[in-house]
Amino acid sequence: MHKLLTDSPGKVMLLLGNEAIARGALEAGVAFATCYPGTPSSEIPEQFFSISRETDLYFEYSTNEKVALEVGAGAAVSGLRTMVTMKHVGVNAAADALMTLAYTGVKGGMVIISADDPSLFSSQNEQDNRYYARLSGLPMLEPTTTQEMKDMTVAAFDISEELRLPVILRTTTRLNHVRGSVELGSLRPRITKSIFKKDPFHLVTVPAVSRNLHKVLLDKYDRATKMADNGPWNRIIGNGKWGIVANGVSLNYVKDAVSDLGMTDDVSIFALGFSWPMPNAICSKFLQQVDKVLVVEELEPILEHDLKAMAQEMNVTISIKGKGVGGLSRLYEYDPAMVRSAIAEYFEVEYEGALKLDLSSIPELPARPPNLCAGCPHRATYYAVKQAADADTIYPTDIGCYTLGVSAPISMADFGICMGSSVSSSCGFSRATNQKVISFIGDSTFFHSGITGLINAVHNNHQFTLVILDNGTTAMTGHQPHPGVDTAPLGVERTRISIEDVVRGCGVKDIHVVKPFQIKKTIEAAKAAVNFKGVSVIISQEICPLFAKAIGQKGKSRVFHVNPERCKNHRICINQLACPAMYLKEERVFIDKNQCNGCSICAQICPENAIVPLKE
Amino acid sequence: METRRCVFVGVGGQGNLLASRLLGETALFINIPSVVSEIHGMAQRGGIVESAVLLGNVTSPIVSDGEADVLIGFEPLETLRALKKCNKKSVVITNTHPFPPFTVSIGQGTYPSLDKILDLIRSKVDNVIALNGNELAEKAGNPLSLNMVMLGALIGSDTIPIRVDSIKEVISNSTKKAYLDSNLKAFDLGMGETRKLKKV
Repeated sequence: MHKLLTDSPGKVMLLLGNEAIARGALEAGVAFATCYPGTPSSEIPEQFFSISRETDLYFEYSTNEKVALEVGAGAAVSGLRTMVTMKHVGVNAAADALMTLAYTGVKGGMVIISADDPSLFSSQNEQDNRYYARLSGLPMLEPTTTQEMKDMTVAAFDISEELRLPVILRTTTRLNHVRGSVELGSLRPRITKSIFKKDPFHLVTVPAVSRNLHKVLLDKYDRATKMADNGPWNRIIGNGKWGIVANGVSLNYVKDAVSDLGMTDDVSIFALGFSWPMPNAICSKFLQQVDKVLVVEELEPILEHDLKAMAQEMNVTISIKGKGVGGLSRLYEYDPAMVRSAIAEYFEVEYEGALKLDLSSIPELPARPPNLCAGCPHRATYYAVKQAADADTIYPTDIGCYTLGVSAPISMADFGICMGSSVSSSCGFSRATNQKVISFIGDSTFFHSGITGLINAVHNNHQFTLVILDNGTTAMTGHQPHPGVDTAPLGVERTRISIEDVVRGCGVKDIHVVKPFQIKKTIEAAKAAVNFKGVSVIISQEICPLFAKAIGQKGKSRVFHVNPERCKNHRICINQLACPAMYLKEERVFIDKNQCNGCSICAQICPENAIVPLKE
Repeated sequence: METRRCVFVGVGGQGNLLASRLLGETALFINIPSVVSEIHGMAQRGGIVESAVLLGNVTSPIVSDGEADVLIGFEPLETLRALKKCNKKSVVITNTHPFPPFTVSIGQGTYPSLDKILDLIRSKVDNVIALNGNELAEKAGNPLSLNMVMLGALIGSDTIPIRVDSIKEVISNSTKKAYLDSNLKAFDLGMGETRKLKKV
């Protein structure tokens, strides 16, 4: 049995924040869950995926976040308790659905997880999705601890059902990926089927309907404000004259700092968990009981501005500050010492920080950026395409492991902003320049949002080559399936969609399906594709070796080594492939047999045929 | 209890996330409050993997620069790189077996000599425990048990209030039978080596 199905209320378990959210959903009787995976949210759907195989919980990996939210909307409008999870930038993809789902509302509780990523550990930006609550008018909850991630998820379902409105639960990486102890509650039964009641005057958003629905949303907003004021998630801790406001993970830093600085009796901490709509009554009480206020919130100065506006309405003239005090900035995540020293500075409390080491004598250390794995088929595809391309070729790229192709020596990533941008931006590059354009997109990303761009490219007669890197999985986020994957080894029945058929259906006339470890054939295909007049597509098919290993499809591979008698030390292998299995020792190339995955690319490109299988 | 802040640093695949999780599980098992913080995702494709375990009455999941009580480095260069987490009184436990990054192979930077790395670390902090974890893991019969060697070294350093029998029980409960003997042996070797080094 999956550990999150443990039916022992009161038991304490060490759970990852994302596991705690999944557990909270199960305790709330979630019946329906969808997602598109993305760090730092991916471990939530991973739990649902396993659990759906042993219970009647419905779960799917949807093709993208917009689809996931719309699929979820169908279930929630029918009355099922539904969870939809995504990373912060996924909400951008889903925003079209989100904004008007706020108008129709839902019948069964619906909780949307927005997993934000301050400091960009694994993302292309660090946008602050608290703005989405304000933009859509949907309530937002922000947990502070692993326990709260579980408890607030349960509460979010109840709030959603009471208001008949989706609720956004916003987390940050430091919460998703923290393990802490969680006391379990009881599991409510799942209701997995409902009967949809037709109600077009509330559910079909033609202008005449939506004019009314907007008003309904504002009424719900007023009720949500009262819930934020009266519920357990917003509170003032202490009654000192120094006010500190904090949300989410920052509240931990504030609590620890206040205790470390011995200020507990002097401060009032305004802990904001139900963070939108703003709890007006509590805010007003707080502003009246303190002399000055420090707002501790990561990323944008949202609460800071809200409190300033409220103070102005109340004619309260105390100092309210946040960004710019000490190291508190709009950039990156906060840390305990930063918050401690900002609090000390603002309230003029004596504080001596830890004595940091003087590290000026340490020389610059070689960097260790992430790299494509040994035996990664992307490396082979990149190598082959480079042999077929002009030096000034433009390489638009996309979101996935293959974005690592930006690093030397591959250096084949020139522009990438979001899922699917490789294909559509290629249209612009090819019209705006006379340079050749070859773009790269992964299989899962292609299904997510590459297809519409490709149709656009064919329809508008653009000129470029799209390389679809089909490694049979959504690799970067942890090997989730996608529509092009045979899911049988994963124990679920899904219909597989052929990428080649889709590409053909989009009207592409020049399609090359290659096996990238056949390096010569791949180079030939790339040459032909690049010379085609119009849109050409190369589908490069080879399973991700990590995934193959995980599902037991990869036996022991033959391992290669460098025959020192034949090797002339050109180093084409190591310099052009930068395979992590290769290393230099006393100026000679060696292959680490524990790391070599047997892909044989180095052997195929060695001009001396000096790289050969190792005989055990 | 007094708060203890432990930082684990290593390279993707070395198993430091499992080590920090087992430490958190042990803390829960003996009723010490703990927070375990990990970095997942892109960082794991051969990059640096960092995790932290905070024991005691602390809720913040991060260790700020200069505030680590113990730094457990699974790779010497990464131990040196993470030294900013330490202060002079921090205890540094480091594996001495180098695992050079691929940037070195393609001529972007040079990997400093092990002696240079250890000298630099020793010049900054008072307590350094340096052991060849990979060698001990091989000796234990499982090259992948480096994380157990390092956990053993952490317990052997007596820097955190966790007893050998408690953590061994947690390791036993969460390890596949086939690896249990070698894992426990690796743990003992790491702990024994550390105790020996501490006496010197």
